[in-house]
Amino acid sequence: MDLLDYFKIKKSTSASLAKERLQILVAHERTSRNQPSYLPQLQIELLEVIRKYINVDLDAISVNFEQDDNQETLELNIVLPDYQPK
Amino acid sequence: MARIIVVTSGKGGVGKTTTSAAIAMGLAKKGHKTAVIDFDVGLRNLDLIMGCERRVIYDFINVINGEASLNQALIRDKNCNQLYILPASQTRDKDALSQEGVGKVLEDLSKDFQYIICDSPAGIEKGAQLAMYYADDAFVVTNPEVSSVRDSDRMLGILSSKSRRAETNQEPIKEYLLLTRYSPERVKLKEMLSVDDVQEILSLHLLGVIPESKSVLNASNSGLPVILDEKSDAGQAYMDVVARYLGEECPHRFIDEKKGLFGKLFGSR
Repeated sequence: MDLLDYFKIKKSTSASLAKERLQILVAHERTSRNQPSYLPQLQIELLEVIRKYINVDLDAISVNFEQDDNQETLELNIVLPDYQPK
Repeated sequence: MARIIVVTSGKGGVGKTTTSAAIAMGLAKKGHKTAVIDFDVGLRNLDLIMGCERRVIYDFINVINGEASLNQALIRDKNCNQLYILPASQTRDKDALSQEGVGKVLEDLSKDFQYIICDSPAGIEKGAQLAMYYADDAFVVTNPEVSSVRDSDRMLGILSSKSRRAETNQEPIKEYLLLTRYSPERVKLKEMLSVDDVQEILSLHLLGVIPESKSVLNASNSGLPVILDEKSDAGQAYMDVVARYLGEECPHRFIDEKKGLFGKLFGSR
């Protein structure tokens, strides 16, 4: 039996991989589902303004929307590049 | 008042029409007057699965436009006199269905039917949204496969926000999971998501598991809902689904591997 189990481990468990991928994806999509529809556009425009002044990466900005029972929070995070003296 | 059930999935080809036909026949066979409506405008197929494709004269759109009465368009099933089919139109006009029109037809049907099954088209376009808009219950048909599970989750989001119940702050649509094309053998080999996996991800009430079965193709080939094939595993699984939906206690079958003669004799693990 032990010998058989040894071979079983080597067998692909694609189902567990599928489950893991789905759990991450579904959780992500559920959080974005409740966000207002203007959020992606807001993110793009904010980034354009910031890039006029600072050379930040496209993915250096994150916009987070959270909803409580009595308040909505819009959180903006910008990672500034390392300061490089000329 | 009729109970309106939408059979939906998001993804195509997972078994919505097969399920609609089976469930409608099952409810009707139990003595409930049932209507099943094809919402797939332009790609009607429920008529073919129900075996009444040559009896279609008027369709859903004709009724909405007032070109035919409901009684003229409804086709009485040849196997069960409690079951009626309302076929979709083959028009290519995407806007042929209107929310008011659908609402009116459902309201009229509600007067003398007990159950109305809405067979949703795939996707999240207008047809799919209208099929679910007036629903009281939703059967979410899902295959144990990544894209189907993801799309089902997306449909759950739409069900909870874009329905009459959601918009008028009524009790939300009751959502049920129907896992189809399930293959216990592949689940055992860990090649396929299990019922528990899918339930854990979608957290839905499980109405039933329909095993992958040759009888489904045989049934559609001959235009008889698979639930009429009482000897088949899929047919029995759908009968269980109907019984459970109607509140009967009915333990889940077909989740575990079928044991062959050898397995029965020696009790394989």
